[in-house]
Amino acid sequence: MKLGKRISIECSHAASLAVKLANVDVVAAYPITPQTHIIERLAEYVANGELDAEYVNVESEHSALSACIGASAVGARVYTSTAGQGLALMHEMLFIASGNRLPIVMGVANRSLSPNLNIWGDQSDMMASRDCGWIQIYAENAQEIFDHTLQAFKIAEDERVLLPVAVCFDGFHVTHVIEPLITLDQEEVDRFLPKHRRAIYRLTPDQPSTWGPVASPDVQTELKVQNEWALNSSKDVILEVWREFSDLFDRRYTPLEVYRVEDADAAILILGGFAGTARIAVDKMREEGKKIGLIKLRLYRPFPMQEAKDVLSKVKAVAVVDRAISAGGLGGPVYGDVRNVLYDVERRPAVLSFIAGLGGRDITVKDFMKIGERALEAADKGRSGPVVNFIQVRM
Amino acid sequence: MASQTFRSIKEVPLEEYFTPGHRACQGCAEAIAVRHVLKAAGRDVIVVNATGCLEVVSTPYPYTAWAVPWYHVAFENTAAVASGIESALKVLRRKRLVADKKIHVVCFAGDGGTADIGFQALSGALERGHDFLYVCLDNEAYMNTGIQRSSSTPYGAWTTTSPPGKVKPAGQMTYKKDLPSIFAAHGIPYVATATVSYPLDLINKAKKGLDVEGPAYLHIYTPCPPGWRIPSEKVIQVSRLGVQTGMFLIYEAEKGHLRLTVKPSRRKPVAEYLKMQGRFRHLSDEDVEKIQRFVDERCAKFGLPPLEAST
Repeated sequence: MKLGKRISIECSHAASLAVKLANVDVVAAYPITPQTHIIERLAEYVANGELDAEYVNVESEHSALSACIGASAVGARVYTSTAGQGLALMHEMLFIASGNRLPIVMGVANRSLSPNLNIWGDQSDMMASRDCGWIQIYAENAQEIFDHTLQAFKIAEDERVLLPVAVCFDGFHVTHVIEPLITLDQEEVDRFLPKHRRAIYRLTPDQPSTWGPVASPDVQTELKVQNEWALNSSKDVILEVWREFSDLFDRRYTPLEVYRVEDADAAILILGGFAGTARIAVDKMREEGKKIGLIKLRLYRPFPMQEAKDVLSKVKAVAVVDRAISAGGLGGPVYGDVRNVLYDVERRPAVLSFIAGLGGRDITVKDFMKIGERALEAADKGRSGPVVNFIQVRM
Repeated sequence: MASQTFRSIKEVPLEEYFTPGHRACQGCAEAIAVRHVLKAAGRDVIVVNATGCLEVVSTPYPYTAWAVPWYHVAFENTAAVASGIESALKVLRRKRLVADKKIHVVCFAGDGGTADIGFQALSGALERGHDFLYVCLDNEAYMNTGIQRSSSTPYGAWTTTSPPGKVKPAGQMTYKKDLPSIFAAHGIPYVATATVSYPLDLINKAKKGLDVEGPAYLHIYTPCPPGWRIPSEKVIQVSRLGVQTGMFLIYEAEKGHLRLTVKPSRRKPVAEYLKMQGRFRHLSDEDVEKIQRFVDERCAKFGLPPLEAST
């Protein structure tokens, strides 16, 4: 890589920059912390003529996604971003965007859900919408936000996929941090992503079609199942796009990223920005001779089942750290997924659920080391212990 | 933009874009209104439809009554979806990614989808100035879910959620929300009201709304046989009486300039309109008088003649 391409940038703006380079046609967005910087920068790009797009200043997040749905249905390349309450308000539209097979790309600056009003980060917003049929990718830093946003358009618009993609990253802990970014110029992006979306299915008077009809019990099952098949089979395309990206730009991405797991007895599993802190904790514990590793889950939906089985069957215990609660005693949402996947694995590890980092609370290196110790203990004893551990609660 | 209006019903195109075979009730005024609006719009249109009777009766999968591109997303966001469609068509045309021709965007929503759940999305879209025609098909209640009151239900109407009872004898105890005035207050270039008994007036208003640059709002009174408790064959008569009694004020407001387009020379008492409909059968004489006073006041504001001395 040429050094001139290395810039420093606020992570939010890494998303905006990728959207500009993707040459989107329509942006519809509504301000909400901690996502707002993304759409502010996009508004500047449009106002300055750096991005030829229609910028729709909608009056709510529900309308933001609704406008994206309309724009995408007539063939436009479309972007929006949101967070927390905004995503919750969009909830109904999330399903329609995926059900109508619209390749919308959305940035989600993960934020805690009310009550109480909390603008800071956790993953309870996207986890409450995880069954919405979208491809969901979690980014750790500016580089991943930039790369995954660009890739998202290519994945979403692929004729074999035609599904919306959410690129998720932690509010504040990631969005508001200035980081180094190896950027790409327009020419390079154009080699990877077609300059315009090629919409084979769209609403046009040249070929009238009816979208969003009434479906009776006689057909609804078939229509829903087709969506599920589409989401599941999108994984091959995602991997293909990541390979192509790596061939062009030398940055390689996999559904699960493993760190010092090869000879580990136990591993910590997490999504998003706190993987960085967890990595430091792993290094410290390794210095003490403790055999711990880290698994960062990048592709959350479709869930990389086989990859997860392959990786997790190598350790004796895995501690899943969720920044969200799956209400009702079942621990964290990712923990539930991991346990689900492992049930029919012959040599399955003990699985522990830790809930931490709610509403913007830091998960410190010390916290991760504590989690690591508990995982190693479980590996030793071969038992998981209590279903859920709220390790940061002061009560 | 100058608008070429139709001078007689014979000039109206014969092409049908809302085609026969849909499952609307006999006499459904919504179906009549939609057919007329689409004749004004022609082939180059994209229709966005809110959840409601119209959507349900016209698109039972895998059938469709629509010969033009049609999209139903949800109940409350028709105007927001249209905002996206209009914005996309504009930029795609600018980038030469679609054919270089004007494609109209038309929304159809009921009174519930406009006055209640879709109110915010519509207000936002009008304020932003998207170039589209929004048609509210006002049958004065949630008919698709089985006749529940909306904020567009008139005073005194029976619905399943405004039933007349000992404590609330009139049924609906509130007055109809004045949607055309509210949307006119957004300063949009064209607002009009119409009803199915004056089809040429309706079609020409749709045409004007489509031709004008920027948002247009067309409010169409659409009597509903099951919801209003009227026989199917009386729909046009009730629609006409609505106008003749001053219950429906038929006007247009171009760039703020208001003009009644159907002006009854003599105004009939509202009792004639009310007594034709089962939804008003419980009303006392006092209630009828109350409605008459309300209508008289409104008519005076619009410059309609006072009520005839005798009936």
